[in-house]
Amino acid sequence: MREMTFVDAVREGLAEEMAADPTIFVVGEGAGVRGGNFNTTLGLFDIHGPERLVDVPISERGFVGMCAGAAMTGTRPIVDFMFTDFILDSIGEMVNQAAKMQYMSSGRLKMPLVLRGCVGVGGSAATHHSGNYYPFFTHQPGFRVVYPSNPAEAKGLFKTSIRSDDPVLFLEHRLLLGARGPVPEDEDLTIPFGEARIVREGDDITVVALAVHVDRTAAIAEQLQGEGISVELIDPRTLAPLDMDTILASVARTGRLLIVDETYAPGSIGADIAAAVADVAFDDLDAPIRRVNGLHTPIPYSPPLETAAVPQDGDIATAIRDLAAE
Amino acid sequence: MAKKRKPTRSRKGAAARDRELWRQMLVIRRCEEQLARSHQAGLIHGACHTYVGEEAIATGVCAHLDQRDAVFSTHRGHGHALAKGVPPRELIAELFGKSTGCSDGRGGSMHLFSPEVGMMGTSGIVGPCILQAAGAGYSFKLLKNKQVGVAFFGDGAVNNGAFHEGLNLAAIFKLPTLFVCENNQFATEVPFEYATGNTDVAQKATAYNIPGVAVDGNDVLAVHEAAGAAIARARKGGGPTLIECKTYRTRPHAEGMRDTGYRTREQIQAWVERDPLKLFRQHMLAAGSASEEEIEAVDAEVKAEIAEAVEFATDSPWPDPATVADHIFSE
Repeated sequence: MREMTFVDAVREGLAEEMAADPTIFVVGEGAGVRGGNFNTTLGLFDIHGPERLVDVPISERGFVGMCAGAAMTGTRPIVDFMFTDFILDSIGEMVNQAAKMQYMSSGRLKMPLVLRGCVGVGGSAATHHSGNYYPFFTHQPGFRVVYPSNPAEAKGLFKTSIRSDDPVLFLEHRLLLGARGPVPEDEDLTIPFGEARIVREGDDITVVALAVHVDRTAAIAEQLQGEGISVELIDPRTLAPLDMDTILASVARTGRLLIVDETYAPGSIGADIAAAVADVAFDDLDAPIRRVNGLHTPIPYSPPLETAAVPQDGDIATAIRDLAAE
Repeated sequence: MAKKRKPTRSRKGAAARDRELWRQMLVIRRCEEQLARSHQAGLIHGACHTYVGEEAIATGVCAHLDQRDAVFSTHRGHGHALAKGVPPRELIAELFGKSTGCSDGRGGSMHLFSPEVGMMGTSGIVGPCILQAAGAGYSFKLLKNKQVGVAFFGDGAVNNGAFHEGLNLAAIFKLPTLFVCENNQFATEVPFEYATGNTDVAQKATAYNIPGVAVDGNDVLAVHEAAGAAIARARKGGGPTLIECKTYRTRPHAEGMRDTGYRTREQIQAWVERDPLKLFRQHMLAAGSASEEEIEAVDAEVKAEIAEAVEFATDSPWPDPATVADHIFSE
């Protein structure tokens, strides 16, 4: 199978969907002529022109609110916000408007709005270009939150996001943007929301990992197999909806659960998963639920500080060994 | 699709137009008076911001719109919903919290939705309607369908970032959008002259290089004329317009609220003298658009309609609690 980078695969999905549906348009700072800061729209301006590949001023609240209005009135906007940190100015438009519009209108309005952007820690991007933030959005009713871990699934989930009539946050970890992987040549490649992938089967311990930590944890699991620890690895792929059934079925077999998540522990996805397992599967557990999270601190610049702020491979390996021994 | 009105110079045409405007203003006024009474009677469970004194604005603007045009409104939005075509019975039932309300009882006064007639929502947040109306303009431009997006908002929204970002976006994309500022001079109780560095709202349009027009918001014909020109220009691809309608609300910010300490009785009385219905009644009589008897006959019909609407709302069932989490997602 051909190999592509994450960014190229998602862009191919975007190009296919834009060719098929003339109501799709993309807005973003540099998303037009320039082709996107991360090449997310490269080449599409020449095909579709300035009305569908729309450069916008640095007015995050303005263009997110505008796109919410557009999504209610017959078009399918995609907001390319580059770094997710930048769109905090538009949080009211997202939470109070986009996420609640279908409910407030009793389902008579649709909100086919995709909000895509880069999240995550790496490359000394420092505090204002390293945020995660997805627990904000999973906490609110009305959002789909997608967080893919590889190029093929990113493409499939992006196409599903564009075709969805709900507001979708499509989050791309900065360290995955250039990652390469096999991508099938299939224009109908779509992946439904709410279906986790079992990356690797195992018997001793269930590990749920997100995005950039999926492949890393898979590699760690291969090493630990040699030590006699059999890891089952699950990638939820979408955080809202969250496929708890797959996680619960795995924990029922392994009796042990570790959640690996780069962002903060308080109010996080890991806290939700742990609570859900404790609620309904307490008797399945042979050991306490463990979590590996980043420190609850703004993200610093200097490489040794940045490294200290987020889980490293050694932290994950240690956590798995410790939990297997409990 | 509703009727498309064109400006007419003939006396007969002007009289017909006047009678339609009169009926619409009366529907809003009588409906609001009823809602105020219903609030006092405890039948409205949450907030109720009436539009009394500002009827000429929604009436004058919406006369140029059809059901496909999209209106985005604010917390004081009953008049916009009615003028856009939401029947009084659906408005009253919504405020009563009934399943037959225009938002099925999910919204109340500040979340009135009727996309079927292009009423895309009133809002409890000041500002977003400006951005969403620009967004409707973006859709309509892309779809090339000659429709327009309209935002109604108060002077309080003018100091909000959404106003400045929305007008700028509409300007650079030349969107078919009309921004209607209902300058009633108070953001709840904070005077506009205190809250802004420049009290001339229409002039703020020049910052974004779009037309800005100030009109007497209590003169329905002045609003009608300014809105007609702006909407016609927008439909032809001429871009957005900001219209400032200078007006006044003669009831409290919300029903049941204290209404003292920030304005004087004399000021209120001066504006009651300039009540938009009173002014228009005088105009119609002077212009020969309608006789006293005809004017009163319309009032009797409207009162009967509102009475029937209250009965409908009263008799309507509550929403089924089992539906509380319906429609969070499209499927």
